[in-house]
Order: sequence, then C-alpha cells, then structure tokens
Amino acid sequence: MPEEKLPEAHDASQGHEVAPHSDPFADPGLPAHEPRRTDIDERAAKRAERQVSLMFVVSMLATIGFIASYVIFPIDKIVFIFPIGHVSALNFALGLTLGVALFCIGAGAVHWARTLMSDHELPAERHPIEADDEVRNDVIEQFKTGAAESGFGRRKMIRNTLIGSMALVPLSGVVLLRDLGPLPEKKLDHTGWQKATPANPIPLINMNTNEPMKAEDIVIGSLTFAKPEGLEESDEDFQQNIAKDALMLVRIAPEDIKDKNSAELGFGGILAYSKICTHVGCPISLYEQQTHHALCPCHQSTFDLADGARVIFGPAGHPLPQLKITIDEKGFLVATGDFDEPVGPSFWERS
Amino acid sequence: MSSASSVKSDARPSTGSTRDKPANKWEAAADWTDGRLGIYSLAKANLRKIFPDHWSFMLGEIALYTFIIIILTGVYLTLFFKPSMAEVVYHGPYAPLDGIKMSEAYASTMDISFEVRGGLLIRQIHHWAAIVFVASMLVHMMRVFFTGAFRKPREINWVFGFLLLFLGMFDGFMGYSLPDDLLSGTGIRFMEGAILAVPLVGTYGQMFLFGGEFPGTDIVPRFFTIHVLLIPGVMLGLLVAHLILVFYHKHTQWAGPGKTEQNVVGMPLMPVYMAKAGGFFFLVFGMVAAMSAVATVNPIWAYGPYRPDQVSTDAQPDWYMGFSEGLIRIMPGWEIRAWGHTLNMGVFVPLMVFPLVLFAIAAYPFIEGWITGDKREHHILDRPRNAPVRTAVGAAWVSEYLILLIGGGNDLIATHLHLSINDITYFVRVGFFVIPVLVFFITKRWCLGLQRRDKEKVLHGRETGIIKRLPHGEFVEVHAQLPQDKLHKYTAHEQYEPMELPAEVDENGVKRKVGVLTKTRAKLSRGYFGEGNQIPKPTAEEHREITSGHGHH
Repeated sequence: MPEEKLPEAHDASQGHEVAPHSDPFADPGLPAHEPRRTDIDERAAKRAERQVSLMFVVSMLATIGFIASYVIFPIDKIVFIFPIGHVSALNFALGLTLGVALFCIGAGAVHWARTLMSDHELPAERHPIEADDEVRNDVIEQFKTGAAESGFGRRKMIRNTLIGSMALVPLSGVVLLRDLGPLPEKKLDHTGWQKATPANPIPLINMNTNEPMKAEDIVIGSLTFAKPEGLEESDEDFQQNIAKDALMLVRIAPEDIKDKNSAELGFGGILAYSKICTHVGCPISLYEQQTHHALCPCHQSTFDLADGARVIFGPAGHPLPQLKITIDEKGFLVATGDFDEPVGPSFWERS
Repeated sequence: MSSASSVKSDARPSTGSTRDKPANKWEAAADWTDGRLGIYSLAKANLRKIFPDHWSFMLGEIALYTFIIIILTGVYLTLFFKPSMAEVVYHGPYAPLDGIKMSEAYASTMDISFEVRGGLLIRQIHHWAAIVFVASMLVHMMRVFFTGAFRKPREINWVFGFLLLFLGMFDGFMGYSLPDDLLSGTGIRFMEGAILAVPLVGTYGQMFLFGGEFPGTDIVPRFFTIHVLLIPGVMLGLLVAHLILVFYHKHTQWAGPGKTEQNVVGMPLMPVYMAKAGGFFFLVFGMVAAMSAVATVNPIWAYGPYRPDQVSTDAQPDWYMGFSEGLIRIMPGWEIRAWGHTLNMGVFVPLMVFPLVLFAIAAYPFIEGWITGDKREHHILDRPRNAPVRTAVGAAWVSEYLILLIGGGNDLIATHLHLSINDITYFVRVGFFVIPVLVFFITKRWCLGLQRRDKEKVLHGRETGIIKRLPHGEFVEVHAQLPQDKLHKYTAHEQYEPMELPAEVDENGVKRKVGVLTKTRAKLSRGYFGEGNQIPKPTAEEHREITSGHGHH
C-alpha cells in the first residue's frame, strides 16, 4: 500500500489560548457570551414569561374549542370557507383547533427556551470511540479463552453438524409459505372467453347497459366496453374475471383498417381488443377517434387500434390481444373462442 | 469478587443510598427508581448532554416526529378500519356511491371519513404526516450527505437511515393501497405487472402474494399486516438504533471559533433541548393538523372503489414513489421472446434500476472512505463547497431523482403546461443520461468558484465599499481584514492530497504488481483531490506576504 497522504491532524486547541502569532488562521477560541435582553432587563424577562404563558393559555382554549366543535358540528355539515371552498365544518374546526392547541404548546416551549433559559454555550469533550490497546487485547484474549474452552475449533464434527442443522432449520419456514397461493400453471394463459366455441358462442354484453349488442348499434368512431355474458357484478369472483375479460370495442371504417388479419378477427370494422394494457395491466380508457389511438392513462402506452393495436409509443412491449368476434343469427355480437394469446402484462412463461 | 460467605464488615450492604435522608418526596422516588434501574448513572451521562445548534439538525427531528404522529394516528385508524376484501353494498351518508358494490376495506374507509367524527381528520393527518415523513427523511439525508456527516464513525448510522427511508417508502405505498380505492388498486395492479416481469419466478411470486390471480381477496389483509406490524416494527427498531447512535457519537458541528474535532460545543439537553426539541414535536404536529384541516389529501370517495376494468386519468402514486413511476414510464417497451419465454425488459429493467438508484446513495460513504483511505473520526462538518466532487455527485443524484420525478408526472406536466406528453418522455429519456452529467460539472465549477472566493476573502479581506484616493491621484478600494473567527472558519477545512501510485519498480528493480483496484482508486483520488478539482487553501505564508504591506492589491 502506498503511504496515505492525509492532512495533518487539527491542533487540539480547546479554544482557550490566544492565537499564536505564527498562525494567522489560529482558532480564537469560544467567543464570549453575549447577554440577551431578557438576561439583563427584568421587565423584558417578565414580558417573555407572559408571552409564553399566553401561548399555553391559547392552547388550552383551543383544546376546549376542539371538544366543543366535536359536540356542536354535525358530521355532515358542509360550509364554504374562502379560499378553500366547500369543506366539512367538523373536519375544518377539529383540524384547526387541534393544530392551534399543539402548535401553541410548541411555540411556548421554544420561546421559553430561547428567551428565558440559559443560552451559555458549553464545550463537552469527545473521546475516541475505539478502545485502547489494553482493552482490545484483553477482550480478544478473553474471547480466545472462551473459544478454546468451547472446543468449537478443535471438534470439527460438532462444528460442521451444527452449521448443517442451522442451515436446514429455516427451510421449514420457507416450506410453510407454500400455501400462500396456488401454482401459476396455465391460469394466466386463458380468460373467461375460453368457454366460447363456434357451436356455443358467448354474446358480448355492453358494460354500461348490461345488454347484448347488435352490430348495427355500434357507430363508426365509437368506443364501447364489453364483458362476456354470464359475468355479473354480484359474482363471487367478478373482480378476478373482469381483470382479464374486459373488452374494448371500436368500430373503424373498413378502408381505414391497416392490418388485414385484425380486420378478419373483427366484424364489419368492429374490432374487439383486450382492455388490459400489456405493460403492467392498467385498463386502457382513452381513445382518439381521429387517429384510432388508444392511450393507457397509467404509463402512456399508445396502441394503434387500426393497425392490430401495434404499440406506437410508451413502455408496453407487445400489441393488445384481439378477440375474434362475429354475429349470431339474431344479429348480436358474439365471441367464438378465447384470445389467441394471454392478456395483460408479459410474464416469463408467456411464449 | 468475594464469595457470599465472607462478607466483610466494611462492604456496603445494598440497603439503598448512603445518604441520611432524601430532601423531598421527588428525590425519594428517584432514589427508589435508581435502586432498581440505576437511573442516576444514566442521567449523569445524558441529562446535561451538549447539543450543538444549527437549523439543519431539525430535519431529522421532523422525520422522527412525523413517524410518531403516523404511529399515533395509525393506531386510531386500526380501531375502525376493516382490512377485508369481502364485498358489501354501500348505503352510507355519501350519496354518490349509494348502492355501489365495494370491499369492506373501502367501505370502512368511507365510514371513517363520513361517519366517525374526527375520523376524516385523523386519516388526513396520517396521510399528510406520511408525505412529510418521507420528504423530511430525504432532505435530512441530503443534509448529512452534503456536509460529510456520514464519515467515520457514522457510516453505520447512515445505513440505518437509508433503510428507514427505503422501508418508509414501501410502507407508504402499502398504506395508501389499503383503502382499495380506484387509484390505489391501480397501484397494486402496477405492482402485480412488475412482479410478473421477473424472470423465472415472477408468476409464482404473483400467485403466492395475491393468493391466486389478481386481485383475489388476500392482498389487502396481507398488506395490512405488513403495513401496521411488520414494517413499522422493523422501522421502530432501526429508529431506536439510529437515535442511540446519534447519542453515542454525539452531534457533528460546524467549524468555528472554539470548535474542534475533540469537543462538541452547544447547549445542554436539560433544559434547553428538552424544551426546544420537545416543543418542536408540538410545532410539527400542529402544522400537520392544520394542513389536514385545510388541504384534502387522498379523497378516496372521489375515486370510487377499485375495479380492475376501470381507471382514472392522472393516475399518480404518492410523490415518493414518483421516481420509480418515472423509470417505468420512460423505459422503451423492449420485450425479448425466445425459446418459448418472454423477458419483459420494459418493466424488468426499471424494476432493477429502481433499487440501484437508491443503493448508489447508500453505498456512497464506503466508496468515499475507500478513495480517501481516511481512517480517522470526523466530527467537524464540511461546507459543501469544500468537497466539490462529493457535492457534485450528490447534486447529480438529486437531479437524477428530480428528472425521474418529472417523468413520473409527465401526464400532469403535459396537461398543466400544454406540452406534448411524447416530447416530455423523449426529453426525460435523454435527460436521464445527460442531465446528471451536466449538473455534476456545473456544481463542481460552482463549488470551485466559491472556494476561490473564500480564498480571496481570507487573503485580501472583505470589500468595504470605501474608495480611497491616494496622494498621487490613484483611486483604490479599501479592503478590511476579516475578523479572526472568520479567518479561522474559512481555513479550518482539511484538504486531501491525491493518492499516487507507487513507482513502477521497487528499490530492487523488480516490477511491482499494481492491481486494477489500486489504479481505479488512484484515478478516483485524482478526480477528487487532484489539481483543478479543489482550490488549495491559503497558507499562512501567503497571508503574511499579502498583509505585511508589500505589494498591496
């Protein structure tokens, strides 16, 4: 190791000697204490005392005000307070009285300390944290004695089996966590639409009206959200299913659809995309009619719905999955199968 | 060391104190306690403990007090909150949500806000205090960083503080996820997507954490336990350790007259700091309560209950998660698909960079200690200008943090400033790499400029603004020498010399092996303390030469 070039240690002046003439930058030592007005003028001290007490009294009054507000204001009373606007009277009164009650205790205490308590600066010595050689050697010696008496180093078989047992014990804790949840298996690969078959299609239900939809009811440029028939809000596992089944229906003039495969999966320009963003799974909700762009409000992934929901901006890694739709004999929109790829964010097992 | 059988007559039997009689009942009570807990010895060391006074020392206090406020209000909230995702139909006083299905967690948060008197206030205090808590920890950390207070012996406490910040952020995230409202549910969805992006184990982690597919019914109760018990428990332990070490190391202090590495100058704990610090707790609490009275935070009733197929625009996490949100928003959507697997770089890379950003700052004291090779204790603070490279590194880090915060709020910035969101994102993508470098150089130059100015002041004194006309007609401005305490203050800092590599060959002509690490260390050391990276302090000779009357300027 090269020699460290550390600067010289400070001179250990305790700030009491006069600066030696040799060093123009010497430490002049602690400055003399300058008395405050309250130290020399008893009237000022009395005034400070009254100020501190006044703050404590204000605090008491504020606490009484808090209790009174709690009793007086009904919880549903709304008042207009400039410039905040319409607020809950109770919340406003409780918050301000509590704030004043607490703040005045603090302000009084600090004012008391600053005006009436001694402000003489005192030095206290520091001592090095490291133990001196004697203590250090003594402790190391004690440790060695203890270690030798235990025979830990000498009896290797005991040592190794102890290490082995200590290493294995935590495994029980890890194993116990196994039942936190099920194995992933293929759960993420399929959605509620997988029950649909060409022979047994599932109608698309409008999210807002809760009715099945006719193709002609969907106008060009519109965006409709849909769910599979049979999925009701009252279901036990509605949240879990809608997190994967939610659809976004757009109708684009057929000549504007750039991606032919995508057009074939749709019906008459109506395209059904997964509503779940392929980035981290937020529902996509912003649609620009003119450009056919759908934007996810969470992280601004932008998909071109006229071009197979290709990602044109943002952090999403692949297009939105598209659901094949057609119409049944009554003219209602139906799905005949599941998405051809998993919906939502990517995961390792996704092929 | 005497055995029990040979009690000497002069050995003091432990019948309490040796004094005749305590002066009053307080002293008697103290004696009683001392006989059981040894409080006199404890108080001897700490009652008149000296604390230096500087405004920046209160930043850590704000963090401490907001933590206490969070615990107090949190306990109250647990009395009313039901951490369950069982579905109920709401029929409470808040008309817009009447008849809407929601989880018990959301419904009970609604009840706290609209049916428990003062419940809304406590909720708001809890949330505001959490926001202030993380903010004050971050600023406190910057204070410690820029003044070099993290140097030996305080590196371990720096790590404790860092862990507190890290845990505090996550506990905040879990806390605002509990009400199960539309905004926080979106945050949990984001977390689920992030977990899924982890190679190999992502899907398993997601299934085990949520007890099945998203959202399931387990996540809120599990988060609840983690939020109110596990993390606060760990944090409380860390906090106690942090404070014990603060007491044990004693405070740092600024250089100044009478202040040395061997002393600490200030006022005693009792009475001054008991009053000041104790009072400050009430000031902080009062301010947070007043904020909660006039400023609404997290109005969950406006968001509605969570549904996985709904979202609101401006979906923003709390500010302290903003920088990670920035990372996830600016990352291009790269996805690698091969051999039947998908690696979602667009999510996984930010997920890995996020802890890196934080660990970079956590590891800094050890890196600097390695570069300087300084093994001494430091109790006198550096003025930031006197450690130009460290200050520049810190400023670069802060600028990185801020640029990511801008990235995390790009939608808000776009709507408020009428900018294109794509432009902001492109700007942040470039800025992520460029701005910290720029800030580094600007800050370093700035510090060097301030160092030059200090040197100028020490050698030539302060400008008095008095113009003097000399007998032969020349005008000069009169400079006044700085007072001794200022002279000392501006020259009290230490300056390292850069480490030099040992000679290529040793005295016997044998080639030395110089490792890569040593070379790196020498390079960094030159970068820190080499020529042009710090301005040499004025020396006593320079000062004498100029002030002795020759060659006035």
